[in-house]
Amino acid sequence: MTSQTQAVVTDADDGSIDPAAQTQGLGKQAGDIVGFSPGQLMWRRFKRDRTGVLSAFVVIFFFAIAILAPVISKLYGKDPYTLYGQNNSDLLNEFGYPVAPNGGVSSSFWFGIEPGLGRDVFTQLLYGIRTSLFISVAVTLATVTTAILLGITSGYLGGRADYFIGRVSDLLLAFPSQLFFVAFMPIVVAIFVDPQDETPTYLRVTALIAVQWFLGWMGLSRILRGQVLSLREREFIEAAKVTGASSWRIVRRELLPNLVTPILVQATFMLPGFVTAEAGLSFLGVGIIEPTPDWGRMFAKGGDIAQNDITYMFFPGIAMVIFIVAFNLLGDSVRDAFDPKSGR
Amino acid sequence: MSKDTTITKADAVPSPRDGASGETLLEVTGLTKHFPIHAGFPIKHKVGAVQAVDGIDLTIHTGESFGLVGESGCGKSTTGRLITRLLEPTGGKISYRGRDITRATRKEMMPVRSEIQMIFQDPYSSLNPRQTVGTIIGGPMEINNINPPGGREQRVRELLETVGLNPEHYNRFPHEFSGGQRQRIGVARALALEPKLIVADEPVSALDVSIQAQVVNLLQKVQAEMGIAFLFIAHDLAIVRHFTQRVAVMYLGKIVEVGDRDSIYNRPRHPYTHALLSAVPEVDIDGEDRERIRLAGDVPSPINPPSGCRFRTRCWKARDVCASEEPPLIQLGGNRDGHLTACHFPEEPTIAAREEDIILDPALAAIEGAAEKTL
Repeated sequence: MTSQTQAVVTDADDGSIDPAAQTQGLGKQAGDIVGFSPGQLMWRRFKRDRTGVLSAFVVIFFFAIAILAPVISKLYGKDPYTLYGQNNSDLLNEFGYPVAPNGGVSSSFWFGIEPGLGRDVFTQLLYGIRTSLFISVAVTLATVTTAILLGITSGYLGGRADYFIGRVSDLLLAFPSQLFFVAFMPIVVAIFVDPQDETPTYLRVTALIAVQWFLGWMGLSRILRGQVLSLREREFIEAAKVTGASSWRIVRRELLPNLVTPILVQATFMLPGFVTAEAGLSFLGVGIIEPTPDWGRMFAKGGDIAQNDITYMFFPGIAMVIFIVAFNLLGDSVRDAFDPKSGR
Repeated sequence: MSKDTTITKADAVPSPRDGASGETLLEVTGLTKHFPIHAGFPIKHKVGAVQAVDGIDLTIHTGESFGLVGESGCGKSTTGRLITRLLEPTGGKISYRGRDITRATRKEMMPVRSEIQMIFQDPYSSLNPRQTVGTIIGGPMEINNINPPGGREQRVRELLETVGLNPEHYNRFPHEFSGGQRQRIGVARALALEPKLIVADEPVSALDVSIQAQVVNLLQKVQAEMGIAFLFIAHDLAIVRHFTQRVAVMYLGKIVEVGDRDSIYNRPRHPYTHALLSAVPEVDIDGEDRERIRLAGDVPSPINPPSGCRFRTRCWKARDVCASEEPPLIQLGGNRDGHLTACHFPEEPTIAAREEDIILDPALAAIEGAAEKTL
């Protein structure tokens, strides 16, 4: 290999570097050759995947509007709680539907007005996305943390710990999750608040996170257990033991970096699932209740009034479809970038 | 490369050291490792054990290179892992410099850890793919809290140079190296703690033949320069002959013959050693005739090994006493000091051709018989 071809390879921004590439031809005599870590290679592969990058932008956009919802609504000049339709009798007709065509879409109400209560759909959707994403991210973080702890514990320790954790997760996997959520949401809430009293919103949110977390961690935990089982037989773990490394160090320094791939890939597949699950619960009336804006509950309302005002369903529906598709495509791209050998 | 080709002329290097004069570094007595087999329903219970290593004795002296050879599955690697305490021995005693480390916990092992290191077989699985070369080689120093003068990074760069890699590869990742280069990284990691004993578990068998010689010569260089004792586990007899001063031959969890290299290679006594040596392909076809022994069948199962002498099921000299009495590992008359053999009916101490080849494999015998008739 001549030095010129090597230079071409580097200039072409190619992820694969010839292993035997020596310093001479690289024109970087000063200082060290810095190799690409598997993470950096993954990032380079990901950047070449147009679908993945586009999906990532869409997903980032959704997270950005969720985080910036108060700012956007301030600039927009409306909030999701004020009953604009009832304050101003010109907006809704005697049946409670928007007077203006297309669900009352206008320059002052970009996505129209909610039939009945007359709230602003645009800010409701913004805050609804905010609520849904907050809950889903919290559930994802909780399940991933639990799965890492239990998965690595059962994989690394094996024996009784593995048996016990394995049977518990078998048991939980046998639960019908949707039914469980519907049945247990009121129970979990009732544990903390007397059914006579009004339930604070934060408690409902916590309960939603808790029930989804309770039945959400087993999948990733099993994947991680399997990974740890195969990794711990690898010779680099033995090499670490021979040098006297503690179990904690082996888990932290040798195992965890090798588990980042399945964790990230699974997390990107899990999050949209939690978004839809949360929306489903709110749709069924056991999730977030009025007056807190919620993405899923907008569908319930939209379903009730679909015959008379289809526009109301349109905006949250399209937003949800775009979000879920983009997130799933992102998950695919992340997996492809991490593990280019696995086929589509 | 001219130096690498010397591998076939093994006897020229290195000068065999008189094993007895060296100080005893590691002493293993009656070392046993049985892996239990669990089966049964509904309650699993122990139904047997794989007797991977079944009572072996060996002694390694300071600065000596000791070879351990044998067929696949004879317990060589298990022995190596027992000595480095990666596996818990079932019985026996391992003492390092007179200190019993058979049951030492991780904390108790700490002072000894840095002195017994290991080089692994598979260069692809022995390096963490997520760590840089610098982290891999510097890790052992960090764990053992060793702060060499000039800093750890400086020391890692020196080590990279020692093993023949570019010190500027410090920040590279294992996937950017070839198998031979990876194995060099493994050697550098083992050297990082300045050990007194390195257990090399088939360090070159996963490598390309053209690279094997380079890595063996590297090991020989570091052994000579740093005076490190090696337990060299391999099934390649030529490499063991090139590398070691004393050799032990293992068969089915037991040592059948041990002695200094010349004694084992030129004056073997155990029938198995004869068979093993006769299986080595000969480069020099015009050279003197060697004996020809072809065994039949496989190594018996270590779950239920044969009684008495374990080699008797494949031995052409086996008699009744071999099944009833286990031959002790003793020095036979006419052997050099330290050359021990475990056999009731030892062979003549020569590897010269016999009057008749020993072909135990019926298929091979039939083919050869047919070939002779046509001639």
